[in-house]
Amino acid sequence: MKYLNTAKTILLSATVLFASSCSNDDNGPVNEEEVITTVTTTLTGGGQVITLTSRDLDGDGPNAPTITVSGNLTANTTYAGEVSFLNETVNPAEDITVEVEEEGVDHQVFYQLPTALGTVAYTDLDLNGKPIGLAFTLTTGNAGTGNLTVTLRHLPNKSATGVAAGDITNAGGATDALVTYPVTVN
Amino acid sequence: MQKFSLFFCLLCFGIVYSQNTISGKIVDENDVALEKSHIHISSKSTNSKKDGSFIIRNIPNGPAKVLITYVGYKPIDTIIAVNGNLEINFKMKQKNEQLDEIVVKHKNNYFNHSVSEQKIKEKTIEKFSSQSLGNLLKEVPGVSVLKSGNTVVKPVINGLHSSRVAIFNNNVKLEDQQWGMEHAPNFDVNAAGKITVLKGASALQYGGDAIGGIVIIEPFSTKKDTLFGKTIMTMESNGRGGTISSSLHKGNFCDWSWNAQGSFKYYGDREAPDYTLSNTGNREANFSGDLKYIGKKFDFAAYYSLYSATIGILSASHIGNVNDLYNSINNQTPSVTDDFTYSIKNPKQKVQHHLAKLNYNYYFKDGQTLALQYAFQFNNRKEFDLRTGVSDSKPALDLNLLTHTVNADYKLSLDAWDFKSGIMGLYQNNTANPNTGVRPLIPTYNKFDAGVYAVADNHLSEDFSIEVGIRYDFSTIEATKYYLKSRWEERDYSPQFDNFIAGDFGTQWLTKPTFTFHNFSASIGTQYSFGEGFDWYFNLSRAVRNPNPSEFFSDGLHHSSGMIELGDLRLRQEKSNKISTSLQKKWEKVKINLNPFLNYIEDYMFLKPVGFETTIRGAFPVWEYQKTNALLTGVDFNSEWQISEHWQHRLLLTYVNGRDKTNNDAIIDMPPLTLNNRILFSKKEWNNLTLELQSEMVFRQTQFPDNNFTTNIIENGDFVPVEVDISTPPPAYHLLHFTSDFQFKVSEHSLATLGFSVFNILDTPYRDYLNRQRFYADELGRNFQIQLKINY
Repeated sequence: MKYLNTAKTILLSATVLFASSCSNDDNGPVNEEEVITTVTTTLTGGGQVITLTSRDLDGDGPNAPTITVSGNLTANTTYAGEVSFLNETVNPAEDITVEVEEEGVDHQVFYQLPTALGTVAYTDLDLNGKPIGLAFTLTTGNAGTGNLTVTLRHLPNKSATGVAAGDITNAGGATDALVTYPVTVN
Repeated sequence: MQKFSLFFCLLCFGIVYSQNTISGKIVDENDVALEKSHIHISSKSTNSKKDGSFIIRNIPNGPAKVLITYVGYKPIDTIIAVNGNLEINFKMKQKNEQLDEIVVKHKNNYFNHSVSEQKIKEKTIEKFSSQSLGNLLKEVPGVSVLKSGNTVVKPVINGLHSSRVAIFNNNVKLEDQQWGMEHAPNFDVNAAGKITVLKGASALQYGGDAIGGIVIIEPFSTKKDTLFGKTIMTMESNGRGGTISSSLHKGNFCDWSWNAQGSFKYYGDREAPDYTLSNTGNREANFSGDLKYIGKKFDFAAYYSLYSATIGILSASHIGNVNDLYNSINNQTPSVTDDFTYSIKNPKQKVQHHLAKLNYNYYFKDGQTLALQYAFQFNNRKEFDLRTGVSDSKPALDLNLLTHTVNADYKLSLDAWDFKSGIMGLYQNNTANPNTGVRPLIPTYNKFDAGVYAVADNHLSEDFSIEVGIRYDFSTIEATKYYLKSRWEERDYSPQFDNFIAGDFGTQWLTKPTFTFHNFSASIGTQYSFGEGFDWYFNLSRAVRNPNPSEFFSDGLHHSSGMIELGDLRLRQEKSNKISTSLQKKWEKVKINLNPFLNYIEDYMFLKPVGFETTIRGAFPVWEYQKTNALLTGVDFNSEWQISEHWQHRLLLTYVNGRDKTNNDAIIDMPPLTLNNRILFSKKEWNNLTLELQSEMVFRQTQFPDNNFTTNIIENGDFVPVEVDISTPPPAYHLLHFTSDFQFKVSEHSLATLGFSVFNILDTPYRDYLNRQRFYADELGRNFQIQLKINY
């Protein structure tokens, strides 16, 4: 019976030792770090500043993003464009644009809109001399309506055909953000 | 004496039992059956039948005297150590010969008498030294695999997997977050001595919730009083890496004995026939060992095992939204194919599993045994993702699962009766590390389980036995989870579950969902031997499984599948009612085993697409855990045909059909019909040379639900609707594999086996329906393998 007692002792001490590892999880939810909640595109030109915003405060939650466009574009005008990515689930809001810029070689922003409405050209470069797309120009065409889609890709193939010129077709990579704004050109 | 020590060594693998049946065959040196030879073991005796076979029941544990006599032959008079069921073939020599010889064929430790158990022997396990447990289990008819890439492989038994398949390592149920489809069993095959697969939940001593089946892994152990070991080295061309596994065993008939085993794996990117599968390397470092003391009436053992793996996840499978998924499916080539490298980047998984256990067996005089066991398990899973603005070394998921289990089992053998009963207690704590910066898919929870069972087995005659078992399980789980208020509303949890709300954190609720379950499971079955070499098994079982944390609480985006997965607090237990029967027949040169089954599962939980959610990353299809009534039917078949002295043929067939009876639809992810034909040539005289050609035919799955959906892609700045085809199974494929090996002596006490194999000889590109990465890339191309095994 000596061994039975030894076994009991070991068993008991092991149970006591490991059963005490509890944790308290009531201190608040996880701080979400990489979430993009807000994509703001600013177009400056022709004496106007037009702000297009897509905001989705519940991230992957069920609510759809809220989209606001501050005004209409003017036909045949060149606008200087900028895009910013924010995480507004934290206070103060975290500016993810800075990280996109820092990791510029691993990111690219793409702009898609019907060619009749306008064309986009990049005006910034990463360390390898390829565009990032945080700064661009948008030259409007004739009057009409359509959608402007802004896509942030992570780890795109920046050397693939057409990618440096803004064609997303061969870019690959994973989509970090994809927002669509309705636009009207007068 | 040499032969007797070898005999003891072969005899004593595995668990110790007290109700022992000794069976076998008496033959002469030309393998001719000796009818009516007299067999005397302990106080029991019998005569061999026409085919030389005999069976003696109720031999107690301990040394047993064996005396076998036959006129004109030298009697066999020896002592064997009995602590389990044995099948022993005795070869008798004519009186003018010098030596008696005993050939031990194998030992039968039945886990359930009414189902035909499928075993994987040590020799097969060694061949799979470099592979995953899932791939090894595919050697059993009725087992398929569910893969995420080529290193994350889960066994599927009769169409069911994950929480529905219980894996027992050395009598401890692995608690390794088995709920997830991309969580492979945390077990290294090199630590296994023998593996048994039981289809269905009929072995109630192992729990009442293994609706799919039970995999029982027993480590290697020996009672031979020596020190010996083996080393297996495997080199592979695909992945340009290898595996090394070494083990040392110190056996003893009584007193102290120990075993130690370690293995390493190191692989770089795997290759498909046409491209490199970027970021698919993996590493493993594993250890297992035990120390055992055997006394006269008891034994005591301590066991520890560590599994530690880093697994690269195919770069091309990391996608952002449904448009990326559409592009992947339509391009048919992976979006990322870099040059070969050994380095593993994100996305990747890092998993560790510790298992420590203590067990104590006491043997009473009159065929009773008491077994006590305590097991501790700690499982850590870290998943790393590609993230913007977050360090690569910070995991996106970090779960710590801690499990304590206590078991007490009692066994009794009385004449024709075998009886076993036991109790089980489990405490489990899962902690989701909050410092990942990502809302965890599986929340923090505490779980407490308790179970009690009783199984009785009666041998009505030598050819007929009945087994009846019943089990009750209690389970309670309390989780701590933050729900987005918008999700709580969308799930329609208010007011039904408002009592779970424990705090208000702005946009999120702190909730404490708590559930309690009382489950009854039962099994009844029979085994009948008749005619010339016929065996018939029949089993009826009911098993109940509680929803797992993933089915209850999932709530978020799965990056590798580009879908939002939602659990449901309203889910209840799923109940399986299974009829399984198998017919075995042995002819002189042919053996067949036919195993049809029917499994009706009430409230079967599965993922169903229910629509879309638009987020700032674009649109995602939403898959929700739902319940339905499912009917699974199928058949497994295998045969062995000794064509001639050197040629053998084997056939394995696996078929299952899954129907959703509520919605009158097919069940998703059911394995397609598989046919595996093998031709084997072996010749002892040529250094034990074996050559095997294997043909693996996997048909196209024609029974599948249509879960396709439409999404918008942008062409020339305008939205165009397209269909995303996630349902259509890939075409059928046929692969050829070749394996060979031979033995040679290295020194007086050291024997080596050299093997050479080629997998996918024709370098056939193919995709598999049950691979979650079939949307992104082809399966592995040709692989050359060299394996050297040295016994010392």
